[in-house]
Amino acid sequence: MQFPILSIIVFTPITAAVLLQLIPSERMTEIRVTALAAAFFAMFLSAWVYFSYDAGAGGYQFVEKYDWLPVLGISYHVGVDGISAPLVLLTGVVMFTGVLISWGIDDRPREFFTFLFILATGVFGVFVALDLFGLFFFYEIAVFPMYLLIAIWGWKVTREYAAMKLTLYLFIGSVIALVGGLAMYFASGLNTFDMLALENANFSREFQIFWFPFVFFGFAVLGGIFPFHNWSPDGHVAAPTAVSMFHAGVLMKLGAFAALRVGIMLLPEGAQFHLPWIILLALVNVVYGAYIAMVQTDFKYVIGFSSVSHMGLVMIGFATLTREGFIGAGVQMFSHGIMTALFFAVVGMVYDRAHTREIPELGGFARAMPLVAVAFIIGGLVSMGMPGFSGFIAEFPIFMGLWNYRPWIAIVAAISIVITASYIIRIIGSVFFGDMPEQFVGHIGDVTALDKVALVVLCVIMVSVGVYPSVMVPIVESGVNGVLALLGGV
Amino acid sequence: MIGNVTTEMILAILPEISLLILAGIVLLMDVLWDEERRRGLGWLTAAGLGAILVISLAAAQPGAESVRMWGGMIRHDWLSFVFKMLFIFGAGVTALFAMEMRELGRRGEFYLLLLVSTIGMSLMASAGDLIMLYLSIETTSIPLYILAGFFKRDNKSTEAGFKYLLFGALTSTVMLYGFSLLYGFAGTTDFTQLTQIVLDGELPLSLVLGALLLVLVGFGFKVSVVPFHFWAPDVYEGAPTPVAGFLSTASKAAGFAVLMRVLIEAFPVAVPYWTAILAALSTASMTLGNALALAQHNIKRLLAYSSIAHAGYALIGVAAVSALGITSVVFYLLVYVITNLAAFGIVSAFSRVSGSDEIADYAGLSRRSPGLALMMLIAFLSLAGMPPLGGFVAKVFVFAAAVQQELVWLAMVGVLNSIVGLYYYLIVLKVVYLYRSEDEDKPVPLTRPYALALVILIAGVILIGTIFAPWFSWSEVASAALF
Repeated sequence: MQFPILSIIVFTPITAAVLLQLIPSERMTEIRVTALAAAFFAMFLSAWVYFSYDAGAGGYQFVEKYDWLPVLGISYHVGVDGISAPLVLLTGVVMFTGVLISWGIDDRPREFFTFLFILATGVFGVFVALDLFGLFFFYEIAVFPMYLLIAIWGWKVTREYAAMKLTLYLFIGSVIALVGGLAMYFASGLNTFDMLALENANFSREFQIFWFPFVFFGFAVLGGIFPFHNWSPDGHVAAPTAVSMFHAGVLMKLGAFAALRVGIMLLPEGAQFHLPWIILLALVNVVYGAYIAMVQTDFKYVIGFSSVSHMGLVMIGFATLTREGFIGAGVQMFSHGIMTALFFAVVGMVYDRAHTREIPELGGFARAMPLVAVAFIIGGLVSMGMPGFSGFIAEFPIFMGLWNYRPWIAIVAAISIVITASYIIRIIGSVFFGDMPEQFVGHIGDVTALDKVALVVLCVIMVSVGVYPSVMVPIVESGVNGVLALLGGV
Repeated sequence: MIGNVTTEMILAILPEISLLILAGIVLLMDVLWDEERRRGLGWLTAAGLGAILVISLAAAQPGAESVRMWGGMIRHDWLSFVFKMLFIFGAGVTALFAMEMRELGRRGEFYLLLLVSTIGMSLMASAGDLIMLYLSIETTSIPLYILAGFFKRDNKSTEAGFKYLLFGALTSTVMLYGFSLLYGFAGTTDFTQLTQIVLDGELPLSLVLGALLLVLVGFGFKVSVVPFHFWAPDVYEGAPTPVAGFLSTASKAAGFAVLMRVLIEAFPVAVPYWTAILAALSTASMTLGNALALAQHNIKRLLAYSSIAHAGYALIGVAAVSALGITSVVFYLLVYVITNLAAFGIVSAFSRVSGSDEIADYAGLSRRSPGLALMMLIAFLSLAGMPPLGGFVAKVFVFAAAVQQELVWLAMVGVLNSIVGLYYYLIVLKVVYLYRSEDEDKPVPLTRPYALALVILIAGVILIGTIFAPWFSWSEVASAALF
């Protein structure tokens, strides 16, 4: 039997969460160091998995399978393919940088890291799950800690409202998808929750067309699809920095990924029937989200709505049902995860020092924190899809796929790039450059060394993928081949 | 072997016999021990129940076939056995919770009544005859009426006991009327013969259904399902907290045991008609229970309404009337008993220190006692149906049973209700974790019996939620006894 590396990745965070309970709550340094060690370990292993994934061979690798409840065909079955391997890496990176950024939390840090790590276990679990029951199991583990993390450590003004709204939205989505999953289980007649078996279940066309919307939208709620995106900006804004990073960076991918894995891959005919109109919803995401982001004056809301816009591109990539679209969407999930984690980290750093996020009240921060300004500019270039950065590698194939599918949608969606550029440049101009308002002069210090490490890690990844796409594209492509095979080689 | 009593017959009622002996010992020790040592009665009861659990598991396991014994009065099968173990476990935990309560923990009669009621429940689960069923239901209920009103000087407790008695007496009369009709039509009280007579078509189905509806009133009261739920909130609020915990778990599970046995084993012909009735009751229970729980300020009332809702979820599985359905109900009840006992234990531990059951007074609990707060988090999230806790798996199984029987709409009602449930459980957890209070520097110490019981329960909730195969196979053999 091979080394169970995926299980170790999945259970590292929750084991760390249990260990944290053994440390007395007032010994904060020990708590933080333990958390950081666990996060680093998880990131290291996830990078290990990513770099040893054999793109040439494709398919599911590092597979582990154990019986869980054989009577009902439930098994603990995990493995990664070309689409989930980058997402596992993403989770490891965001977890590590999230812990670094959260060093300054001094209200019950033990509980904070405990809930954050339970969340991380859920996220890792969903990305590697190959069993439908296991996927739901981990999916819900990833949803509920969010409530406490936002409600307890979030922004005082909106945290209770936003946390409850987010939790209920996501829970409604997941339980509706769960009923769809159960329907698939019984309709298949295979007495198994194993997704690799369900892929070949040959559900009838009527069944697929009926259940696809339940499953797809149930998960896509977490991916922020219009008109169910409403929880997302509120949730992002109310959450503490590390949780926003996790949330926008990883959790939204969880929704898109599960919608792909369960919705599109298990119900391909349903997908082919419904996606042509779903692409219009995603188009609204892209353009409307970008437009709303442009008119916000709150720094964090700008980033929150930009996530809605960028996640729309992921959905569009799926909905084209083309090779280019899927590849772009796969890379976009990774690229956007890193980029938005960086954005939220920057917002948190600025807010911690200025105690305001109103863009007109800020200015000249590049002088006080030059590295943060550089990092934000790099993130901004990714966001606009500049060549040489990971955003280009992601968005270009999506637009290519879209052009093949319906040129006019590609043209409309391209407007978002212009709008994105406008709000990113506006932020760079008025937050980091210009004159610093008087009340801030002399009061704004640079960020800590730990913060800098986090920013550098995130920037290096975005530039690496942009400059040397071969580090990611072949892996994603091998995963896309599996999806296309299910779709009947479109 | 004495006369025509065989060893098997003794083994079939071994738990009941041991419970009776334990009750005798408790009564004796109550007289022999002085006031100071009587706290030991709680340990004695809990340890005795633990021993009975172990002995029964080791010696009294039934065979695969359901066996009629004691002149058809007793069914010895896995369904009754699993439920008996559940009742004994629940009673043991309740004894541990009660021993630290003022006016409760040092009273021998409290433990005696608890044990007698447990004997009644055990017989309920194994009754194979209408007369036996009625007697066991009364043996269960009468001690519970007294237990609910145990705090004689407390008006609310007295009210709870009295209200419970009135409701109980009324519904039990209606049920008895149903029994008498069945006997009058069929001329027998034995389930097996009743089944045969109905199958042979000697009785018009409409008559049987009418009589069964009357019987359902009694069962509905026991499981506190809408519209027979009115007693629950007031009784839970007024009754001593450990008793409320016992009422909402073991007593409810006993109600489900008889409901399933009478419905599926005794009257299989009526099954198609039951599905509609039970699905309606289930929908009403879930919806009303959850909706009313939203408005509660008192944690015990909240748990009362939530327990009404949980009866509704469990009924989904009964309404599915299938092997998977009954399995899922048994599994659901296993999880529910453990989780809800934990919830009531936490409430009891907290009110012992703070003297309050108001949800608002739980503010700052996570700072006062992080451990207790974490246990509350686990118990409440399990009630809400979150993994990796027992509640999630249990809910998935009942919904699966509904989907399997083409009752997708019922599963949808269930999942939508579980969202409402999540909302009010989260509101409580928000108070616990988020709100500040002036008493933050006052810790909430856990005494040893509480710590022991709660750790067992919480570990159980997590264990069932992650390694569910052994519990599921237990539930499966239990349901196999009915089909």
